[in-house]
Amino acid sequence: MAGSSVETPLGVTDPAGAARGYRPSATMPFAAEFRRQASRRRTQLALGFMVLLPLIILIAFQFDSGDDDNGRNEFSSLVELATSGGLNFTLFSIFVSASFLLVVVVALFCGDTVASEASWGSLRYLLAIPVPRARLLTVKLVVALAYSGLALILLAGTALLAGTLRYGWSPLRSTVAAELEPTEGLLRLLAVLGYLAVVLLVVAGLAFLLSVTTDAALGAVGGAVLLWILSSILDQITALGALRDFLPTHFSTAWLGLLSTPVQTDDVVRGCISAISYATVFWGLAFWRFTRKDITS
Amino acid sequence: MTSPSPAAWFRRALPTRRRATAAAVVVVLSAAAVTWAVWPEGPGVRTESAMLTVRSGPSGDEPVDLDTTLYLPDDASSGRKVPAVLLAHGFGGTKESVRSDAEEFAGRGYAVLTWTARGFGRSGGEIHLDNPDYEVRDAQRLLDWLAARPEVRTNAAGDPQVGVVGGSYGGGLALLLAAQDRRVDAIVPMITWNDLSRAFLPESTGAAPTEGVFKKGWAGLFFGGGGNVGSGPAGLSGGTAAQPQGAPASAGPPSPGPGAGPGTGPGGAPTGAADPSCGRFAADVCAAYLRIATTGRADQAAVDLLRRSSPAGVLDRIKAPTLLVQGEADTLFPLGEADANARGIAATGTPVRVAWFTGGHDGGSGPRSDEDRVKFLTIQWLDHYVKGEGDAPGDDFTWSRIAGFDALDRGLVATGFRRADYPGLTGNARREVTVTGPAQPIANPPNGNPAAISSIPFAGGLASLLDGVAGDVPGQHARFESAPLTEAVDVAGSPTVTLRAASPTGEAVLFVKLYDVDPDGAATLPNGLVAPIRLTGLPQQVQDARPVTVTLPGIVRRVEAGHRLRLVVATSDQAYTTPAEPTVYTVAADGAVSLPTVSGEPIPTAATIWRWVLAGLLAAIVIGLVVVVALVRRRHRRQDRSVHPEYADTPLAVRELRKEYADGFVAVSNVDFEVHPGQVVGLLGPNGAGKTTTLRVLMGLTQPTAGEIYVFGRRLVPGSPVLSRIGALVEGPGFLPHLSGLDNLKAYWRATGRPWEDAQFDAALEIAGLGDSVHRKIKNYSHGMRQRLAIAQAMLGLPELLVLDEPTDGLDPPQIAEMRRVLQRYATDGRAVLVSSHLLAEVEQTCTHAVVVNKGRIVASGPVEEIVGESPSVLFDVTDPVAARAVLDRLHGVTVLPESDGQLVVDTNGTARSDVVAELVRAGIGVDRVVPRRRLEDAFLALVGENSRGSGDR
Repeated sequence: MAGSSVETPLGVTDPAGAARGYRPSATMPFAAEFRRQASRRRTQLALGFMVLLPLIILIAFQFDSGDDDNGRNEFSSLVELATSGGLNFTLFSIFVSASFLLVVVVALFCGDTVASEASWGSLRYLLAIPVPRARLLTVKLVVALAYSGLALILLAGTALLAGTLRYGWSPLRSTVAAELEPTEGLLRLLAVLGYLAVVLLVVAGLAFLLSVTTDAALGAVGGAVLLWILSSILDQITALGALRDFLPTHFSTAWLGLLSTPVQTDDVVRGCISAISYATVFWGLAFWRFTRKDITS
Repeated sequence: MTSPSPAAWFRRALPTRRRATAAAVVVVLSAAAVTWAVWPEGPGVRTESAMLTVRSGPSGDEPVDLDTTLYLPDDASSGRKVPAVLLAHGFGGTKESVRSDAEEFAGRGYAVLTWTARGFGRSGGEIHLDNPDYEVRDAQRLLDWLAARPEVRTNAAGDPQVGVVGGSYGGGLALLLAAQDRRVDAIVPMITWNDLSRAFLPESTGAAPTEGVFKKGWAGLFFGGGGNVGSGPAGLSGGTAAQPQGAPASAGPPSPGPGAGPGTGPGGAPTGAADPSCGRFAADVCAAYLRIATTGRADQAAVDLLRRSSPAGVLDRIKAPTLLVQGEADTLFPLGEADANARGIAATGTPVRVAWFTGGHDGGSGPRSDEDRVKFLTIQWLDHYVKGEGDAPGDDFTWSRIAGFDALDRGLVATGFRRADYPGLTGNARREVTVTGPAQPIANPPNGNPAAISSIPFAGGLASLLDGVAGDVPGQHARFESAPLTEAVDVAGSPTVTLRAASPTGEAVLFVKLYDVDPDGAATLPNGLVAPIRLTGLPQQVQDARPVTVTLPGIVRRVEAGHRLRLVVATSDQAYTTPAEPTVYTVAADGAVSLPTVSGEPIPTAATIWRWVLAGLLAAIVIGLVVVVALVRRRHRRQDRSVHPEYADTPLAVRELRKEYADGFVAVSNVDFEVHPGQVVGLLGPNGAGKTTTLRVLMGLTQPTAGEIYVFGRRLVPGSPVLSRIGALVEGPGFLPHLSGLDNLKAYWRATGRPWEDAQFDAALEIAGLGDSVHRKIKNYSHGMRQRLAIAQAMLGLPELLVLDEPTDGLDPPQIAEMRRVLQRYATDGRAVLVSSHLLAEVEQTCTHAVVVNKGRIVASGPVEEIVGESPSVLFDVTDPVAARAVLDRLHGVTVLPESDGQLVVDTNGTARSDVVAELVRAGIGVDRVVPRRRLEDAFLALVGENSRGSGDR
């Protein structure tokens, strides 16, 4: 290798002919990208809302006059149980956010990350540094997932803290199982969060694929959310039968099984298989596409 | 920052071959998935329906019409005989109730004969409750018929290879038929009875059915279901039809729709005038029911009649291997019935296997896992003992326990267990739990009203589990409660309790139940099962009473740690007939509740498989990732690192570059030039000439179709490390709008991962000349400020080759002048600059060398002085162009180039300009202007002349 190195007029010696100090694996450090995203208003707003939401719910519960009838469904029982303790309050906060809010937030972090660089025109300068395309995507994806995870943790953490301060540290109750001791309940709650994170990988994958496909950040985020909603709608149509098992949203509520005693992991495991398969396919396509495409933005 | 035009977007959206391939793959996959989902399973099945007339009755000569359907696998024939299954339906059903199961068995290679039992549907005759002379003999005649079918395999002449399967009423028939006819090779009776008199007149201290407490709720439903000839209460008969047979999976017969019960069937009504009080019941059965229901007590004759219809007395004659499937949620035929059958049949050495599932007459077919298990066991049993395939199923015992609600569809979830031997209802271990409470007086309500509700027939397992139904009437029940359990107990079998009771009349009818009470106080009566007892010879005072042991119906339940057991003794129950006279009993229970437990290992379910699938998937992904990374690394290592010796010191050499876009547009067809150290090279051309495309390829943003680019002798491909030696501004600035100018530069440099001190921010900022504005956000910048910042960004780290696309765009004249000086200075110490522009003047003033491109081709190239220098062509502005042309044509060596109107471009070819002017003047032609042309201008104008129209070029 040394034989093929070359001395340039400026005294650069590098087997690959790179500038001094340039190493492909050192480009686009994780921390740099993390700061880059942290400086953005949408990141700050999304994370801030994750903190705010449990507090808003908490305040809303203070208006409870106690005589309203929510009907006998699973939602009402969760509402009734929400004020029974910090764990239940957290569970409620997750329950109301899981179906839409978290989907939007994850789609935002993962769908916006590449598309917005493309729309600002800064993507081509990153690639001309040059940041290897696979590395650029890897770092972008890891940072987007880190922010998605952070959002989830912030939501649950704030809810747990605020709920515990307001309603106390009591066992986790649910309509599907016996009371769970607080420590056991906390473990179940963590398992629920873990499963939710896995399910949301589908959104992350889809949004990320759209993000490398389009230059419009809104298109990537909105597209992922729209497809998620479409899948949810199709999942309501029982006539589809076994086909529904293949919908990415089919197992999205399987985390309820983690609250029962004993824990029902059947659907959770199938949901994990479904989500991980989808996410892998989407990410695979995203990498395949991005490492080959002509950057024209 | 060019956003693609709609046309470009449209072009890109058009299907290219690759997109078309991807779309085709998606379509094919979706179609395959849909086809797979809706494709009918298994081989085809054909059916033959017939009304068969068989002779049965005590003397075997009473004809009765039976409505039958034979299901045959498509390939069954006299040459390819198949074993048979006789599939019986439940009480109130018809042959249609079992259609889907029949199809399933037929699909597995059996000839399946279903028929509507006498007294139901279109069949004739009356209901004799599986009487050996009637229903059982009917079935024997069907065996004869099966043996005569050419498609059915036989063991001997007239002896078909046949298994009998049925649930409830059909299960009873299976047992009784096997006892009466040795031709039956295997039976699978489900949720059925051992002793019909005990089922309807239970007594849990072990007294005879004549002392039993009448189970009026179920009896009434059955009588109603089989009774009315005319328009019976549709809901009732439908309900009856739906449940008693329906339970076990699809191996048991499923339910017909409401109204499919007896009496509502279309036509075929039985002959003769029906007794309105008896409907289609045989007279003796009807009379017995009326007697029992009237008094609430059974006489010996009625018990004898029910016993005739019970397998209890004939179990020793059953030689056919028997798979007994019984439901835990079954207040009609609880687990004890199957237990008695199992013990009776096994006593003679006949193979018996027992399975419990969480459904039953109350619980339906149970959760999916139970359905699957029952179906598997049934098929396995038939395959081995009838078809002769597969290993012996063995005699291990499987059961399941409700584990909770399914989180997704709100159904129930059961956990399956297995153990090698069947422990019966007494378990293989026992746990004693002491319940305490004072002796309590309880009132018997007159005529049993109001009554406690323990279960509602057909309410399903949900109702009993939700404890929405269970309710004891205050004053009519006594409670005895245990301390919270220190550890969970897995009850499986019949708990026993000891009671003492006193009654002023000396008699008492009581209902004993065992609740599971959670720490919140919510009490659950497992499956709504109660133990009715009739005590006689009781003393007046409870302290004189002798303890009696009550055996409760078998349950399968896990009582969690921290829960209590509550023993309740009630005086009334809506499902039973109780004494009409009001009385006050006194009840005491101070002994222990003895709970049978069974240990077993959990049956692996589909969940286990899915777990392996998940593990496999994760492993596959990890392996896939490792392989991909290894491949990429390998390719990276093998990357061409050689240095082209010819270009080793050349910052840039472009060789025969060609770029053709996917839609066929050729942006660059053949571009060839070099940039050497110390040069400022101008890439000059009108808009659309291919300048930007060339630069895009140069930056590794776009793959060239053909040709090479060498940077310092390194072959350049997208992402080449050598790109780090190029600083670029291509297609306008690209900044993060929410950051300040300085932060943008810092963020950019951070992304390069190169040492901080190499960036030379000060130099770059000086070039940008933004002053304090570098601290303002980019979104507030003017176009020119962004442009200057972008140039500064390109110069960060002082790259050896600077590539600037239209650098003066948006700058004002002084800044343009300053920029020229900067670029010229930049190229002095061995660095090189490549500038693209569509402005001739700019290139002329800034660059040392120029490359003129048009339509993707190089038109001219070389040092600017050379190109700009004097050219042999001169432009004449004359008063009379026609005459002038004539004059000039006469001059030797001078040629007039075909050029624009009013002006003449003349190649003087060595002739002095003054001579040419003199000639023209001499000819009397006025010469307004003589402008010497330069080569660069020639070249450029040649292009612009053709291209400028409508292009908006300046």
